[in-house]
Amino acid sequence: DQSVATYSPDGKVYQVEYALKAIENSGTTIGVRCKDGVVLGVEKLLTSKMLAPGSNRRVHSVDDHITVAVTGLLADGRVLVKRAADECRGYRQNFGEPIPPKVLAERMAGFFHAFTSYWAYRPYGATLTIGGYDAELGEHELYQAEPTGDVGRYFGIAVGKGTRSAKTEIEKYAFGEKTCSEALGYLAKIMHTVHDDVKDKPFELELSWVTAETGWRAATVPADARDAANAWAL
Amino acid sequence: SAADTQAISDMVRRYIGEHALDKGRLPTVKSAAHMFRTVCYNNKDRLMAGIICAGWDPVKGGQVYSVPIGGTCVRQPFSIGGSGSTYIYGYVDSAFREGMNRDECVEFVRTSLSHAMARDGSSGGVIRMVIIDEDGTERKFVPG
Repeated sequence: DQSVATYSPDGKVYQVEYALKAIENSGTTIGVRCKDGVVLGVEKLLTSKMLAPGSNRRVHSVDDHITVAVTGLLADGRVLVKRAADECRGYRQNFGEPIPPKVLAERMAGFFHAFTSYWAYRPYGATLTIGGYDAELGEHELYQAEPTGDVGRYFGIAVGKGTRSAKTEIEKYAFGEKTCSEALGYLAKIMHTVHDDVKDKPFELELSWVTAETGWRAATVPADARDAANAWAL
Repeated sequence: SAADTQAISDMVRRYIGEHALDKGRLPTVKSAAHMFRTVCYNNKDRLMAGIICAGWDPVKGGQVYSVPIGGTCVRQPFSIGGSGSTYIYGYVDSAFREGMNRDECVEFVRTSLSHAMARDGSSGGVIRMVIIDEDGTERKFVPG
């Protein structure tokens, strides 16, 4: 199981599975598709009390209309975000229109997959949760691309430490019927429920959205809205 | 040159086909025109091709984009090109009106081309026309 280029006798590629384990050790990311947009929330564990708030971001805008959250090895995530931004830019240059989120998610999945095929490379240890707006369809969409090369479009998705409990919580609330502003409080609540106060360090909640309110531009949720959500959740 | 335009068209047809498969729906005229622009601009030292990319898509309806030599890409209400076009700039500027219907447009194209063919030594022979709308394409052939 030491090489990506080898199957195990029971038909698995262990290196890819170990990559997924690396992601399971990271702070939880939750993405939900609401009535009027997509919201991404990240449990950013604060590794040091000296960290300035708002630094070490795990959520990035890769284009005007797409926001991406990284879960797993953040250094790997940085490379992936840069690649996603390059794809967005190149697409716009060649085709004169913003990249549909579906195309970006599938391209990133292809990129991930390439690293599962050669013995000289290791798979990326990070998952991308992608929220974006497709102007031609008039639809907001939520995708997730994983180091295995899998990609899917979701109503709600969680990845990281608290995946299991987060997924249960997400299914409980009908996010599809809430507006993004309404959803913020519930998202914060899930994050606080899922966060293990005993075992883990304190966390900062990073929120980002693409919604009708922001004119379908990817943006960080304003600090006061985020603080209100945190206060409501606790 | 005609050879350049054919080669570029083949390239763009392939890229736009891939693009349509990725998107899962009809490519827009704008993206096809920008693909022409990418090819023409990046290879401007080796190509000599003036292209008009026009068609219909469900996003913006009928559109005309000009991609002249050098690789500009600009959307216009109508566009003319080629050696004979220099003789009819005056005519098209006075004859074109926004919102013409299908038959009026066909007449506009046919009359403009006839004028150019009459005056330009390098133009002549036949008129090949394509009419593109949401129902598809129709080809017309007008002998000299």
